[in-house]
Amino acid sequence: MSHFFAMGGYAFYVWTSFAVFFVVLLIDALAPIARRRRHLRQLRSRMARSEARRRPGTTA
Amino acid sequence: MANWVPLWLHKLGSPPIFYRFAGIVRPWALTLAILAAAVALYGGLVLAPADYQQGDAYRIIFIHVPSAWMSLFIYGAMAVAAFVGLVWRIKIAEIVAMESAPIGAAFTFITLVTGSLWGKPMWGTWWTWDARLTSELVLLFLYIGVIGLYHSFEDRRQGARAASFLVLIGIVNVPIVHFSVNWWYTLHQGSTVRLVGPSRIDASMLWPLLTMMAATKLYYVASLFARVRAELIASEGGKEWVRAIALGEDARS
Repeated sequence: MSHFFAMGGYAFYVWTSFAVFFVVLLIDALAPIARRRRHLRQLRSRMARSEARRRPGTTA
Repeated sequence: MANWVPLWLHKLGSPPIFYRFAGIVRPWALTLAILAAAVALYGGLVLAPADYQQGDAYRIIFIHVPSAWMSLFIYGAMAVAAFVGLVWRIKIAEIVAMESAPIGAAFTFITLVTGSLWGKPMWGTWWTWDARLTSELVLLFLYIGVIGLYHSFEDRRQGARAASFLVLIGIVNVPIVHFSVNWWYTLHQGSTVRLVGPSRIDASMLWPLLTMMAATKLYYVASLFARVRAELIASEGGKEWVRAIALGEDARS
């Protein structure tokens, strides 16, 4: 097993490469999910505000 | 729209239909991408033997080369979408073009960093102004330029049109990246995998490489669709169908 992780002496180069690959793509994958949630949340609060303006005193 | 365009393609131009379609496809593409990547990693890191010249350092190929292919493939896809968006003014096409740019930039960045990490032990240098490396760096700057131009406009569609022009101008760089190893024979090696003629790689190393290529393609679909969905929620926020989604997801978030 330690032989596998040693990568014939190139462990630093090989594992850093794979780490960069997965970290960059993980950020790329999570960013749009967070963005979609944020926009939906903003839209909901916008809708709630306009509803409160339309019917004052009946806020949920 | 011309009537030779199939109806289903025409329908996909509608934001709510594309949103739903992307929502169905995305989890499948992502799952298949992760499975394919796991198989490719096992094949590339465990099953494939060490290279007789480069030892185990060559294993960087299994992410470097698929990422490099994606950096060019995504530029091509982005250019097609930008062209369609400019000519037919289809909003979905503009969004697909603009949301492709960050994914392309991510893969180009990975290509440059992993190439650097491969170059240090093999060439003895992190970086050199070799034709392939330089043109790939220009590709990264093009992606960043497209993203920057898109966001520098107050009006999103105006920004998308301006950035789409930049995408089409920048396409001259794609063949330069691809053929640079043949036109200027400097440091970067030539193509290992060839469409025409036998590939210069053993089958035990080729199949993990091609599996990783499939995984990155599937990942692009998943990431693109997630991005298009997020963008549609933002830009169609005034529409009834988005409001229905916002209210429907109230309980879940």
